[in-house]
Amino acid sequence: MQTTSEQSHHGDVHHEELGFIRKYIFSTDHKVIGIQYGVTAIFFFLFGFSLMLLMRWQIAYPAGTENFKPVPIVADLIEKMLHAESTSMSDGVISSDFYNTLGAMHGTIMVFLAVVPMAFGAFGNFVVPLQIGAVDMTFPKINAASYWCYFAGGIVMVVSFFLPGGAASSGWTSYTPLAVFATTGQTFWLFGMVLLITSSLLGAVNFITTIIQERAPGLTWMKLPFFVWAQFVTGFLLLLAFPPLEAAGVMQLMDRLAGTSFFMPSGLVVSEVLQEQYAGGSPLLWQHLFWFLGHPEVYVLILPAMGIVCEIVANNTRKPIFGYRSLVYAVLSLGFLSFIVWAHHMYLTGMGTVISTFFQTTTMIISIPSVIILTVLFLSLWGGSIRFNVPMLFALAFLPMFGIGGLTGLPLGLNATDIHLHDSYYVIAHFHYVVAPGTIFAMFAGVYYWFPKATGKKMSEFWGHVHFWPSLIFMNLIFMPMFIQGMAGMSRRMYDGGAFYAATDDEIGLPMSVIDLNVNITHAAIGLAIAQLPFLYNLVSSLFKGEKVGRNPWQATTLEWVAASPPPHGNFEGGAPTVYRGPYEYSVPGAKQDFTPQNEPDVK
Amino acid sequence: MDIPYTVKPRPDTGLYNAKIGIWLFLASEVMLFGALFSSYIMLRAGAEPGTWLTNQLQVPLGFINTVVLIASSVTVVYAWANLKMGNIARARFFLLVTIACGLVFLLIKSYEYYHKFSHHHYPSTDPYWALYFTLTGLHAFHVICGMVVFVYFWGPGASMWKTDPERYTNRIEVVGLFWHFVDLVWIFLFPLLYLL
Amino acid sequence: MQEILGLPILASEHGGELDGLTWYIHLLMAALFVGWLGYFIYVIIRFRSGRNPQADYHGVKSHFSSYLEVAVAVIEIVLLVGFAVPLWASYIDDAPKDGEDAIFIRVIGEQFSWGVVYPGPDGKFGKQDISNIGSGNKYGYDPDDPDTLDNFQSDMNIKVPINRVVRIDLSSLDVIHSFGIKPMRVAQDCIPGMVIPLWFEPNRIGRYQVQCEQLCGNAHYRMKGYFEVVTQEEYDQWVEQESADAISGESDMGGFE
Ligand code: HEA
Ligand code: HEA
Ligand code: CUA
Ligand SMILES: [Cu+2]
Repeated sequence: MQTTSEQSHHGDVHHEELGFIRKYIFSTDHKVIGIQYGVTAIFFFLFGFSLMLLMRWQIAYPAGTENFKPVPIVADLIEKMLHAESTSMSDGVISSDFYNTLGAMHGTIMVFLAVVPMAFGAFGNFVVPLQIGAVDMTFPKINAASYWCYFAGGIVMVVSFFLPGGAASSGWTSYTPLAVFATTGQTFWLFGMVLLITSSLLGAVNFITTIIQERAPGLTWMKLPFFVWAQFVTGFLLLLAFPPLEAAGVMQLMDRLAGTSFFMPSGLVVSEVLQEQYAGGSPLLWQHLFWFLGHPEVYVLILPAMGIVCEIVANNTRKPIFGYRSLVYAVLSLGFLSFIVWAHHMYLTGMGTVISTFFQTTTMIISIPSVIILTVLFLSLWGGSIRFNVPMLFALAFLPMFGIGGLTGLPLGLNATDIHLHDSYYVIAHFHYVVAPGTIFAMFAGVYYWFPKATGKKMSEFWGHVHFWPSLIFMNLIFMPMFIQGMAGMSRRMYDGGAFYAATDDEIGLPMSVIDLNVNITHAAIGLAIAQLPFLYNLVSSLFKGEKVGRNPWQATTLEWVAASPPPHGNFEGGAPTVYRGPYEYSVPGAKQDFTPQNEPDVK
Repeated sequence: MDIPYTVKPRPDTGLYNAKIGIWLFLASEVMLFGALFSSYIMLRAGAEPGTWLTNQLQVPLGFINTVVLIASSVTVVYAWANLKMGNIARARFFLLVTIACGLVFLLIKSYEYYHKFSHHHYPSTDPYWALYFTLTGLHAFHVICGMVVFVYFWGPGASMWKTDPERYTNRIEVVGLFWHFVDLVWIFLFPLLYLL
Repeated sequence: MQEILGLPILASEHGGELDGLTWYIHLLMAALFVGWLGYFIYVIIRFRSGRNPQADYHGVKSHFSSYLEVAVAVIEIVLLVGFAVPLWASYIDDAPKDGEDAIFIRVIGEQFSWGVVYPGPDGKFGKQDISNIGSGNKYGYDPDDPDTLDNFQSDMNIKVPINRVVRIDLSSLDVIHSFGIKPMRVAQDCIPGMVIPLWFEPNRIGRYQVQCEQLCGNAHYRMKGYFEVVTQEEYDQWVEQESADAISGESDMGGFE
């Protein structure tokens, strides 16, 4: 193998041959762990996607209406697999409990088990040490532990589907008291979350330490690739925002298992019976603790994506990023501000004027650094010599898509307009624009971009195009109509997609035209699913018969391209490279080629 | 190609890896306990006036435990200082004292728990007791974790002293930092739960 | 503008201002989006590698973008300070108080229905206490309190007269619900253990839906109520009839269900 032969040339370290298990399963090499994260995350992406398809089917063809159609193909399988008591499905009809489970688990899985592990775990692990010229993460064993905690958390979440009563069904937000009254699935959800949080904390400590300590000689802070900055701030968000949710999770577990009343107020009445066992708690306490995590969490979803886009834009415009410093300051202020906007998710919880003024002001302020980041990326295109390869297509599409998602955050951020829009499909459309054609597109861009580094092979451009264009179109066909639905007053988390609220002769309600959009959206979602097949095919087939590439197929400047493809254990054969210049020195006037790698010495 | 700065500090940051790691970890711990303290404040502020329980605990026991923990923090420092001076035997002695202090703390804590249970005070009794058991339970869990690590470094882990004394010293410093934090949390818990 | 945004019909006094703000903020968004999108399309065509083989190291030199950012910030501040904050302040703080001229109603969410309690002609609600809660009396009104007698319930159906300020005190028995009437442009969470007021002035006759907008369990999607805006006469008649029934024990409340 190429790797081992290269290593043996460097007699300075003694590597005993590691067995398959140590090398690929319980590895402590950041690259292997990164790939493990990535593969597991792809599995959860597909899982979350499938849950969403079931949900969308139900919304488009709800039982009890004339539109009703039973779930095709998979209905039998699901009915056989899941516990009969979980009342999941019968005769192809999704029960409303099961619908709520699908929604809660789709959100949870996409956010905590797919995007975060992909963006932070996979890309962060694989790319960051390479980009800073390090041999590995600072704490390789902790790194492996972080992955295995994630894995365990994932198992717990998956297993919970098979419980009597099914998986968690109180929304990904698990609002109390609903979540405390819920079935055992919620307990599993909480245990799973504790494991996932532990995983993220271990990862965050590791990332931050690595970025502080392991930078190659000469790689000062302002020479760091922006992707590293983004991961650095993300690390802090995870480090500081997750523990409160961990505390909240422990308290909710206590409420469920030890009979405490942290989140349960006095005077609860169920079926005309006073629930005397609960007294003195506060349902809003849970919301505060959840959103204290929840808001920074959404920046955890977006910052690595912005980092990836920035790398790819610089590389494919063949020119430096315009305003690198403002980018860095913007991402730092974004990180800081994200801790003081959380209550904009709670405007309708009876919030007084002073507090809500505070939170909507911070929310408006936090939009400014986002505007700056987007402006910087837009202006970086000016004067470039733009190559439209597949990573660049996804990165470019990210910009307006995130723009739509971000801009629609503004009317939600103003409390007065949020009265009408809160918990409507407008919110669903807002954040899906940011996370789906936003973050996920950036993830795809990153996969296409760094695949050659990880495998030594390039992914097919042809199948890349076949993947990109339909994905872009279907994403918009899915989420654009949701703005219309939300504006018209359709609420989210509706088992029948709002059909119950249809206008009739004597009640004023949702127009049928708005409800019928559900069908179009569902068709587009099925189209989106089909559009992912070329990607999966491309991923697997390129692994075996992709075009072989050298160290630097994209003619890029940052350090990961100095290492071999794939990089050997220890990354850089001759030890850490020395850095002489900033990360994006493309088309330097007078240089012999249109890119000057960071480790190229100055010529006098 | 080993990972650099595992033992020696990096010149420009002045710190070795594990020290940054533990500081970061402690920052997250601050947020963890901070969230619980905030919950305490929110629940107490939201309670019906006059219903919040006070004076439920035996202040002398809590006070003794405070002293014991502070003492153990001091002995950790002694252990570390002795390592710096190359005296492993005395360092191990101080580690043992620290472990003993932790044990005393836990014994007193268990007695308090036992006492409360026998008076039918459970976490489910009331928000005050819920917070009391959650906060002290989580804290006790930290004490146990610290002690496990100390026992390891006192026993099998101490063999590292022969091969890499500096690294061993660093490890004691890092656990020591964790132990100080656990101590500090208690210093907040004691007045909050026993006195206010 | 309502049609362009696709908002539902408007049936309350304050709703116009909310819609106005929604409109302005969408204008800002549209301006930014269209402007940037135009720029974006121009740039990817103008600077494609085929047309511009040699990239310019320096790129943009103008400071236009900084002005733009400042402009965005200024507009946001204007919308915030000029509109959102005062609107909210009135939405929250100006709720009519006891004794002022308004229709007072209590609405209590419960899996999966809306309980509605009217004070009856005397305008007073009976005393409530947890200790009264029991079968047939889930809200805990004191049956011996004379004020309770003419209180009456109207499950799932709220009736109010047109052009009168309505104050609804919201709470919940079990989990969090959210009380929303889209054409009125009002929404407010109903949180167990809390009582939160909501007020507005309906100005259009009709039968509107009350939506539950917070996930509250498996029948959340059909936790629908009705909000009827009728003429003053019709309303007065209805109240009289209902409370008479309540006093005589023929309907809820007086006789406790
Ligand atoms: C990655 C995820 C992500 C990101 C980045 C954001 C970004 C923002 N979000 Fe969003 N948000 C979510 C994910 C995200 N959000 C999720 C998941 C929820 C719902 C949770 C739930 O209830 O389940 C939510 C909900 C949510 C709410 C609560 C709504 C409600 O429940 O009623 C609010 C309210 O303030 C809000 C505001 C904002 C704001 C102001 C931003 C700002 O940061 C946005 C700033 C960005 C811009 C202003 C764009 C700038 C761009 C340009 C100017 C260029 C335009 C150019 C072109 C288009 C070509 N979000
Ligand atoms: C990161 C978060 C994330 C992502 C990516 C998505 C993706 C999608 N979501 Fe989801 N969604 C949520 C987070 C997310 N969602 C949350 C938090 C909720 C709220 C839950 C609640 O109410 O509690 C929600 C709710 C929600 C609803 C509302 C349900 C309701 O209120 O009743 C709907 C309805 O259509 C929906 C649809 C979709 C669709 C069509 C996609 C599509 O865009 C999916 C596209 C996905 C892909 C294209 C991935 C395919 C992956 C691969 C092929 C391999 C992956 C490989 C790499 C990326 C390298 N989502
Ligand atoms: Cu009640 Cu949803
Ligand atoms: Cu937010």
